[in-house]
Amino acid sequence: MGLEQFKNRNVGTQNYKTLDLDHTPVTGMGQFKQVVSRTFKPELFVGLWVTFREMINALFRGKMHTTQYPFEKLPISPRYRAIHDMLRLLESGHYRCIGCGLCEKICISNCISMDTKYDENQRKEVSEYTINFGRCIFCGYCAEVCPELAIVHGSRYETASEQRASFSLFEDMLTPIDQLNLQQEYQGFGAISPNADENIKKTPLAY
Amino acid sequence: MSEVQTVENMVSITIDGVDYKAKEGEYILNAARANDIFIPAICYLTRCSPTLACRLCLVEADGKQVYSCNAKVKEGMEITVNTPDILAERRAMMEVYDVNHPLQCGVCDQSGECELQNYTLELGVDSQSYTIQDTKREATNWSSVLHYDPGLCIVCERCTTVCKDMIGDAAIKTTKRGGEALDKAWKDEMPKDAYAMWNKLQKSVIAPSNGTEHTNCSDCGECVAVCPVGALVSRDFVYTSNAWDLKRIPATCAHCSSGCQIYYETKPASIEDRTEKIFRVTNEWNYVSLCGAGRFGYDFENRTATKDTAAFTAAVEAFKKAKVINFNSVITNEEALMLQTLKEKLGVKLINREARAFQRFLGFYGEASGQSLYSLNFKEVMASDFVMSVGSSLRNDNPNARYAFNNVQKLNKGAGLYFHPVGDTLVPTFGKNIEMFAHKVGHEEAALLFIIKLFADQDKLPASVKEQLESDFVELLGGDTAKFEKGFDKMMKKKETFSLMVGEDLYFHEKAENLAKLIAVLESSSDVKVAMIPPKTNSLGVALICDLDDEAEGYTIGYNESGDFKLSALGDGDLDMPAMNQQEGTLTNMHKRVTPTNAALEYNGYVLNDIVREVASAPKETIMWTEHLPVSKGFKAVEFDSLPNHYTNDGVEHRGYLLESTSVEVEEISVDKFDDANALEGEIAYRCNPQRQFNDFSDKAHQIFEGFGLYASPTKAEALGSKVEVEFANGKLTLDVIVDERMEGDIVAIPDFKSAENIYELFAGSRYQTVTIKEV
Repeated sequence: MGLEQFKNRNVGTQNYKTLDLDHTPVTGMGQFKQVVSRTFKPELFVGLWVTFREMINALFRGKMHTTQYPFEKLPISPRYRAIHDMLRLLESGHYRCIGCGLCEKICISNCISMDTKYDENQRKEVSEYTINFGRCIFCGYCAEVCPELAIVHGSRYETASEQRASFSLFEDMLTPIDQLNLQQEYQGFGAISPNADENIKKTPLAY
Repeated sequence: MSEVQTVENMVSITIDGVDYKAKEGEYILNAARANDIFIPAICYLTRCSPTLACRLCLVEADGKQVYSCNAKVKEGMEITVNTPDILAERRAMMEVYDVNHPLQCGVCDQSGECELQNYTLELGVDSQSYTIQDTKREATNWSSVLHYDPGLCIVCERCTTVCKDMIGDAAIKTTKRGGEALDKAWKDEMPKDAYAMWNKLQKSVIAPSNGTEHTNCSDCGECVAVCPVGALVSRDFVYTSNAWDLKRIPATCAHCSSGCQIYYETKPASIEDRTEKIFRVTNEWNYVSLCGAGRFGYDFENRTATKDTAAFTAAVEAFKKAKVINFNSVITNEEALMLQTLKEKLGVKLINREARAFQRFLGFYGEASGQSLYSLNFKEVMASDFVMSVGSSLRNDNPNARYAFNNVQKLNKGAGLYFHPVGDTLVPTFGKNIEMFAHKVGHEEAALLFIIKLFADQDKLPASVKEQLESDFVELLGGDTAKFEKGFDKMMKKKETFSLMVGEDLYFHEKAENLAKLIAVLESSSDVKVAMIPPKTNSLGVALICDLDDEAEGYTIGYNESGDFKLSALGDGDLDMPAMNQQEGTLTNMHKRVTPTNAALEYNGYVLNDIVREVASAPKETIMWTEHLPVSKGFKAVEFDSLPNHYTNDGVEHRGYLLESTSVEVEEISVDKFDDANALEGEIAYRCNPQRQFNDFSDKAHQIFEGFGLYASPTKAEALGSKVEVEFANGKLTLDVIVDERMEGDIVAIPDFKSAENIYELFAGSRYQTVTIKEV
């Protein structure tokens, strides 16, 4: 498709359609006739019937369409990018984050920050982790870059709170340990492709 | 490295069909690097001897495969960097390095600045052909600062090489890994060099060379700097930051007069505290080597400073009535020039003990030799093949002087003479051709006369020197004449360039003038050239810029020193000043180079320039003084912002500029007669800092642990007890006795790094004093 028509910004010569509207009545009699004809047209009862039918369906036949938000929520696409989740390893329950700092580095709005230290088990421990949701633009780069599938986008899209800080710390985003069995694998950006195994060359091991 | 490239010492070579010029006797690898040609190499370090551990630098020279780090260029040599055979070898080597290397690159402290990663990608290693069972290797702490993770180590031996060839400690070595032996079948399957490299690699791992778990070294951390992977990291830095998070601020280390190039690496301290903090110090390790103070003593900044107007007004008042300004050498050239301006405008006297001693000595030397500055810089010392040291405790005074002394032995097949009253067990281990003279205190003139006797052309000597050369100096200086004469012939074999380093002992010597004259005589009558070690950080700069006074009385302003009104960058004075990592300016180092340094951390208080502006006149910024540094003393009228601060691939230093030296004709020198009765007898204390301690600032740093105490050799320490009272003619001190395992003899060392202790007063213008020591 050529871009010519977009580049022409002269509105007057473009191919606009004008709506075919009746002339507005100007005389008192003309206006009275319009009101009467609109009032007594049978379309009103068509509309009332639809409403009545749905009411009967909802109330007596169990076909209610209303979602009781906030008690009920509609499912959203796994690729939707809402407030982040921090996942745990399913086997040990330990958090997956290794503190590599890639999310911090890639973040284009500079809102991720972490402190790490050498812990007593000679491992890198994430001593503090925070996302400033005042700045986060939910671009999803952090989830995409994460080598451990540790930081992912969750489904908490309500970002209104008394304080934005109330869900920006590591513990707030981390899967609660008692809900580990409910933890869902993330399907969005950065997730492993279904045929990942086919693309790997295995490293030989001596044992 | 900085020697002038003349047409005579250049040869023509061809690399991949292109003609280049290279220095004669240069290794192919260095010649290629100087011409910006890339040859892969992991284990080679510029300024150290080739290790031949990685073998990646294989090239074809005139049809033969050679290791470019170990083969020298020849006229007309034709070099091919990549041939199919060589590429196959290199690929196999990189696969071998990757065998069992942990894949936790995400947590590794090298964080992408990893040569293993780079070369694996460079050589396109996308699959692994080799396997062997891994050996359990546990991470250990070698010392208070060194952390070693053998699991990550690729045994390139860069750490052991730099420790031996540059630092001289030789504190680490390769040791048995105890791993599985290589399957012989690989030998036929693999490229030859790759197999040989793997065979060696599989057998070794790095460990402290003294056989214990802990290194006995100067904790310089140079091994950490050169490690291509994340195996060696400083304990404080482990897992605290990724390299890419850190902002690098090019600076000059301000602890001693070496004035080394460093980068302060900063980032916000933590999530709660967003103020910038220095996380580590790094250096251009191919061209400069740091000491422990430079690498680990970086957090000496003045945090508490605010714009305290009341204190500032008081400071201005104090300056208006001041008679004396007492300061030390941890100061930039610009600040020194401000103080000099105050002296000219307000008539205050300037007191700086160490710089004054050095200034006097330089003056005596200048009068006798006609040279405004000493002849050699320490880069040239490092390039010489016979090096001598008089009047400096090599291990403690200046790390770069020590590295030069060591490097000459290791790399230039050199020889050395070390004259110092305090015996040292480390210096003789630098090389086979080192003679150490632990002479009596006061016999420094004899040492210089001895050097004159050894090297001077007798016909060029003035009569006053010639007549003194009859005595048996070896005997006098505490050596064995017969043994020395036999050894000396061997030492002199194939030697061409001779250098002498002189240190602080001579500047604080009663006969300083005579010693300076002897040095001038030595230079005029022999091939020996002299380099002087300025006593403290910017002593050379201060000595050139300021017109210092010997004695002064009256209302005193102390700048990082004691005084009636104290300006202090340590946060303990009447008005805060910025520490060296919080200010920009230039420093004059012992290489006679004026180097720029930049502010790594923010500073919220007043600076000296603000005070000078109030009491005299001053430009807006401190660095605007840079272009006004005295041209007559060798400085250049250049703006601070135009000063470069980097090295190029051929190792040429582009940092600031070199001081210009001027020379005039002089008359024949007449020296005093040496009197061997001047020797100091009895219990002697020596004013000398432990390694890694230079001033209050290094002491403030949290990774420098060397304490303020009385340092003694193990035997002496045992005789003294654990705590002693040292009585000087004009005061006494109570100190803990600290054993320095590398000291020898009965002289004890008392540090001067704490200015509050007024150690200079106790020693009264000398570095040696007779004292009485009793246990308490």
